[in-house]
Amino acid sequence: MLLAVLAGFILAPVWLLCGRFTRTNFSWAPSLLPAGLFLFFLSYLPQVAGGPLAFAYEWIPSMGVNADMRLDGLSLLFALMITGIGAGVFLYASYYLKGDPHLDRFFCYLSVFMAAMLGLVLADNLIVLLVFWELTSISSYFLIGFNNEDPKSRKNALMALSITGAGGFLLLTGFVLAGVASGSFSLGTLLSSPGLLRDHGSYLWIVLLIFGGAFTKSAQFPFHFWLPGAMVAPTPVSAYLHSATMVKAGIYLLARFTPVLGGTDLWNNTLVIVGGVTMLFAAFHAIFRKDAKEILAYTTIAALGMLVFLLGIGTSEALLAAGVFILVHALYKATFFLVAGIIDHETGTRNIEQLGGLRKVMWPVAVAGVLAALSSAGIPLTYGFIGKDLIYAATLGNWPLTAVAVLTNILVLYSGFQVGWRPFAGKLPETYSHLHLPDARLWLPAIILALLGLVYGIAPALTHPLIEPFANALYGGAGVSLAIWHGFNLVLLLSGVTLAGGFLLYWFYRSPGNTWLQKLQSAAPQQLIGKMGNAVLRFSGFYTRIMHNGNLRSYVSLIIIFIILLLGTRLLSGVHLSFDRRSLTSDIRLYDVIIFVIILAAIWKSLSTSSRITAVASLSVVGYCICLFFVIYSAPDLAMTQFTIDTLTVVLFVLVLFRLPRFLRINDRKVIWRDGLIASLFGLLIAVIALGALNEPTTKETSEFYAENAYLLGKGKNVVNVMLVDFRGFDTMIEITVLTIAALGVYSLMKLRIGTENKE
Amino acid sequence: MRSIILKTASNYLLPLLLLFSVFILLRGHYRPGGGFVGGLIASIAFVLHAFANGLKDTRKLLRFPPGGFIPVGLSLALGSGLVPMFMGKPFMSAEWLSMQVPIVGSIGTPLFFDIGVFFVVIGITLTILFTISDSIL
Repeated sequence: MLLAVLAGFILAPVWLLCGRFTRTNFSWAPSLLPAGLFLFFLSYLPQVAGGPLAFAYEWIPSMGVNADMRLDGLSLLFALMITGIGAGVFLYASYYLKGDPHLDRFFCYLSVFMAAMLGLVLADNLIVLLVFWELTSISSYFLIGFNNEDPKSRKNALMALSITGAGGFLLLTGFVLAGVASGSFSLGTLLSSPGLLRDHGSYLWIVLLIFGGAFTKSAQFPFHFWLPGAMVAPTPVSAYLHSATMVKAGIYLLARFTPVLGGTDLWNNTLVIVGGVTMLFAAFHAIFRKDAKEILAYTTIAALGMLVFLLGIGTSEALLAAGVFILVHALYKATFFLVAGIIDHETGTRNIEQLGGLRKVMWPVAVAGVLAALSSAGIPLTYGFIGKDLIYAATLGNWPLTAVAVLTNILVLYSGFQVGWRPFAGKLPETYSHLHLPDARLWLPAIILALLGLVYGIAPALTHPLIEPFANALYGGAGVSLAIWHGFNLVLLLSGVTLAGGFLLYWFYRSPGNTWLQKLQSAAPQQLIGKMGNAVLRFSGFYTRIMHNGNLRSYVSLIIIFIILLLGTRLLSGVHLSFDRRSLTSDIRLYDVIIFVIILAAIWKSLSTSSRITAVASLSVVGYCICLFFVIYSAPDLAMTQFTIDTLTVVLFVLVLFRLPRFLRINDRKVIWRDGLIASLFGLLIAVIALGALNEPTTKETSEFYAENAYLLGKGKNVVNVMLVDFRGFDTMIEITVLTIAALGVYSLMKLRIGTENKE
Repeated sequence: MRSIILKTASNYLLPLLLLFSVFILLRGHYRPGGGFVGGLIASIAFVLHAFANGLKDTRKLLRFPPGGFIPVGLSLALGSGLVPMFMGKPFMSAEWLSMQVPIVGSIGTPLFFDIGVFFVVIGITLTILFTISDSIL
């Protein structure tokens, strides 16, 4: 199971390495991956009917984070959609992007994304789930921004990444809270004892944070705007991300947590309101659009709103309706995107007003488009009809909800026909008469998905093995039976109203364009986010100019002032320091005094000299004198190191100073006093701390441990060295890495400067 | 800064100092010394040579850019940490051979770790010093 999840990650670099083949003749090969995985997951269908399956894999057992996998009805439904529609999209892309020089790269991203999605829906551990969640955000960034020469593409990809990334932060916080509150990061544990979180004090925060994650990912109002922007991606990506995967991750999360967190007023009301507003808002927006992909983007948001809305109603009928609608939507929306992509690919436009009569030149595509439109409209004998019936049945008894659902569906029907019917109906424009049917790799996935919608609609019992475990996972329901005919009742009447309303709208209404909608743009959340981004940029520019002004001396003084403030406040706020004056003055010996005098003289010399070299040399005298102290007070290791370092520092200084002017009086008196004050304050502070440290008992538990065990465990007699290479070897490892980075920094800085000098 | 005396002396001092640095490196386990100090001493040896003979000669003597020491050292240190993992122990646990080798003493992963530190320090110091003097002289 773990291998199945990781297969995409493992194979992704393979597509790149064999780029020469995946780009050209063997571009169909990557689609074997999702197809194989689809069959693999399909084989679990009978087993899952018996209850959730768990697969245990250890990852970080010491922190309670294991890569356990959990396969129940909910995960299986998603896994099948991810791999099944994935197979179609892979195949479709192999022709759609034929000749693209980066096709191998595309498959690499797509594989990573698919694997991340699979991991997301299968992970049992919250932390693992979050890791995959972030991976989907990151890999979708590459997919959305695939046409990276286009600045708009880059911008929108970044927008999608920042919105979903921010949601990831919220989710992380929510998961950590949930984990701390319940004492377990395992979904299995949470699901088996739902009261654990629902009755906990931090329930409110956990729910809000998880909502934050789900709403950003699933493009709920007011975070919806990244989704239409993401339409800059190549169509196969849109088809994949927005029908079955990326945006459904938020829905998955909400559905997954429904048994754990759901059933409270907070949960239900928030979801109903947010979902309701989103679906109405987006469905309304969709009817003003003329670009096929934009229409699809908004109807996708509407469908996501519908799902959130259904999860919010939370009754068993509503949850069942959500399950069916997830499948319905995945089937018809993927078809729509694939069809829109074919039209775009063949005619070069996605403006539905310029299209018509295409049925005459590409009839299989027309069949797929029309079937999808019918399913999205909910015409009887399509799977969409079953889904819509269930939705209406779920809202019955609360008329505002029913009204919202009906209105949304009318608008969605209109939009669906705009995309799936209109390009194929009517007269074929002259310009397109030379077109002919494209390669089967383009239209076959679309028509298979569309036909599935029809087959399931005629025989809904076929989907029972899929929907029953789903219902079982969400609300413990068993014995689902979907049927076409429920007799004459209110639901059927509502369906009729929807159809009539939708067709009337399609007949009489034509989009006036975006005239007055554009005026609202300045207040749209999208603009606000953009402004916020610019404000952050301006602020960081301002901050950098102040803190990073290029004057070395101001850097040093800033750092030192900061340390003074930090240590000073700590000292003043009541750290007790006591000095034993007698022990400090008792054993001063002659050579201590001599060294001290030398140090004083060297300091005086370095302050009074007018030559830089002399100043550096006298400073190094101070350093060597300190080495002598180390030698006298038995720290030979420190002394050796300090001695060599001091020598090298002087060498470095001499190298640099060699080129500088002999001495420049840039200081006026004020600056000298200021620097002097900073320096003496710092010196005083360090002296006080050093004296205070003397009073601490010298034999501490840790030093005793090292002294005793250096030879026993580390097999060395030099305790300092054994600590460096053995006990704290990991620290040393990281330290030498940091040193390496510093050296690389110096190297590149200096070489860069030489490079620009040469150019001038 | 060319002086014949320094130049002649540095030719003899370089191997001596390098030997001394290795000595410091190896004795680190029992008495004062170790990879870090050893590496610094070795770099001083090269710096002294560069002062006396010019940077070009030192580079020629080294035959490869001093930065080359860094990856060698880093991989030695990392490798010495990885070896115990093949024996089923946690990363960076010390493994010692039971036999004693003359001069070097006992051989174990910490020794190789220290040698790694030694190389990294040489590489870093020489890279920084050489680049800076390159851009100045």
